[in-house]
Amino acid sequence: MLEVRDLEVAFGQIAPLCGVSFALEKGETLGIVGESGSGKSLTAMSVMGLLPLSGGRITAGSIIFDGQELTKLPEAAYRKLRGGRLGLITQNPMTSLDPLQKIGPQVDAVARLHLGITGQQARARTIEILGTLRIPEPALICDRYPHQMSGGMKQRIVIAGALAADPDLLVADEPTTALDVTVQAQIIRLLDDLVKERALSLVLITHDMSVVAQTCDRVVVMYAGRAIEQGPVEAIFAEPQHPYTQALIGCIPKGLSEDEHLVGIPGTVPTVMNYPKGCPFHPRCIRAEDICTKTSPSLLPRVDGAVACHFPGAAP
Amino acid sequence: MLLRYIFFRALMLIPVSISISVVIFLIVHLLPGDPIDNLIRVGSSTEDRKTLVLKYGLDQPLAVQYFRWIGAIFQGDFGEAIVLRRPVADLIAQNLPYSLRLGGAAFAFSSIAGITLGTISATTRSAIVEIIMRGFILLGSTVPGFWLALLMILFFAVQLQWFPVSGAKGWSSLVLPVLTIGFGGVALVARVTRVALLDVRREDFVTLLHAKGLPSRTILFRHLMPHAMLPVVTILALRIGWILGGAVTVEFVFGRPGLGSLLIRAIGQRDYPVVQGCLLMLALAVMLGTLIGDVAQAAMDPRIRETKK
Ligand SMILES: Nc1ncnc2c1ncn2[C@@H]1O[C@H](COP(=O)(O)OP(=O)(O)O)[C@@H](O)[C@H]1O
Ligand code: SF4
Ligand SMILES: [Mg+2]
Repeated sequence: MLEVRDLEVAFGQIAPLCGVSFALEKGETLGIVGESGSGKSLTAMSVMGLLPLSGGRITAGSIIFDGQELTKLPEAAYRKLRGGRLGLITQNPMTSLDPLQKIGPQVDAVARLHLGITGQQARARTIEILGTLRIPEPALICDRYPHQMSGGMKQRIVIAGALAADPDLLVADEPTTALDVTVQAQIIRLLDDLVKERALSLVLITHDMSVVAQTCDRVVVMYAGRAIEQGPVEAIFAEPQHPYTQALIGCIPKGLSEDEHLVGIPGTVPTVMNYPKGCPFHPRCIRAEDICTKTSPSLLPRVDGAVACHFPGAAP
Repeated sequence: MLLRYIFFRALMLIPVSISISVVIFLIVHLLPGDPIDNLIRVGSSTEDRKTLVLKYGLDQPLAVQYFRWIGAIFQGDFGEAIVLRRPVADLIAQNLPYSLRLGGAAFAFSSIAGITLGTISATTRSAIVEIIMRGFILLGSTVPGFWLALLMILFFAVQLQWFPVSGAKGWSSLVLPVLTIGFGGVALVARVTRVALLDVRREDFVTLLHAKGLPSRTILFRHLMPHAMLPVVTILALRIGWILGGAVTVEFVFGRPGLGSLLIRAIGQRDYPVVQGCLLMLALAVMLGTLIGDVAQAAMDPRIRETKK
């Protein structure tokens, strides 16, 4: 369904993303985890073909969706995919809807554009989708403005917009980070149900390992713009090979603190400006040796996945 | 909802109008100089002077004069011009159409040209167009209008003789004054439009509109422009009053009739009733401008309709 290979992204001279690879089958959920600034959103925007909006571009690698090479796709064709076969959900529902327009037309627009249906039909479809997403009184909601809705409701409406044209792949970039804890669980369950009911593929970006454990089939762990370990969820959780993955799993019960920094791992996430040489994790790694500061580890195969570490293995 | 908003917003104009009328009255009456000096001929007696003072009620306390003035205005009577010896209402009625024509044309010019240029400069992919636009915006916001007026009179009217140097005959006489008043406005509106467009383009919902596959043009006209118009409408509304005010000197420079010319002449002659009448009309225009601006914003933005009742 979706295969990303050796993806590299640059903004002018700086390259915040390099060598990101992963694959996702139809009907599967892939989790992308990592601390903030690790390149999760850039990966999402690359798949959606929306990097040019923020002035970035893909400098190497490929993104193959349903047999089609997306990195070389002309904009007009990409536009048909976006909203049509690829849906996006972003982090902050408070700012994700146009505040000047009623909710109905904002959702209608997608079906009108991609399914070629108009007026009444599009509205009927919108009402139906809002209903499936457990939004009460969907017909009334269509005439409301976004500021009259709660955060959780707004996020459902954003999801409705992403689903309106029956996409095959949904990219959800931290869809619950900005919501109340109780609402978070509802939204995650909703997404999980959608995947099962609609044979949808879902890329679920999160910094919460426990969400990954509950909902994902595969997981990619990102650090400093790289995919440092990936594989099936069971395998990764049972036998994490990378020290960073081990630390992430190790601190699940403690969770992440407010500012999304790992509680269990001392040190801070490097930013694009100071990605360390060699293995980007070496300043915080308990297993680091001389070679880690000099050469970047290449991807080694592991059970149905890969790991980027000079000394992979079970935690000592 | 919108009607309710308009009603309450209009209600707020009452205290504002009262204070403005008091201020106008006081400014005029506390100015040094006396209209009677302009009226009496050399050699008239103090008796003549006294009768005139009595006739215009200038001997009464200020408060009495104020209430007489306001009371009469409510009956459509702006008083009698002391020097021109005609009802002020007539003078205003005679001059207002010229000012409205000039102000209206300058307003239309600065909004249409400003919004168009601002939009082009925010959306163009050509670096050259962008640089030209930004240069124009910078020039328009810094070059003083009167200097521009003189340059244009010299070049277009005196040198090329395309347009008349002064007067108010026909549409061609409008061109130079409109350019003079409107040029700064075009630059201002273009700048506000540009900044607002660049700002709103960074919002999350715009990313999501792109993610829905909407064409850039649809996003620009259906979503970005309405947002960009919010600050533009505020600026334009303030501009309504400003344009009439700016027209005061421009009318004078181009020798056009109008409220501005009337006002400047009346100030020179200390003709209180005329000055008061003109200032009141200008103040009214400013108030109506802000009212229209606020109502337009409320019509465009549901959040304003609800919060500011
Ligand atoms: N428009 C941009 N220009 C330059 N650098 C950027 C831009 N967007 C993101 N980055 C950098 O890329 C890195 C990854 O960002 P992002 O993908 O947003 O991280 P995440 O979503 O995992 O929190 C960050 O260090 C960030 O500073
Ligand atoms: S490569 Fe070295 S520094 Fe990097 S994670 Fe492996 S052991 Fe730690
Ligand atoms: Mg992010």
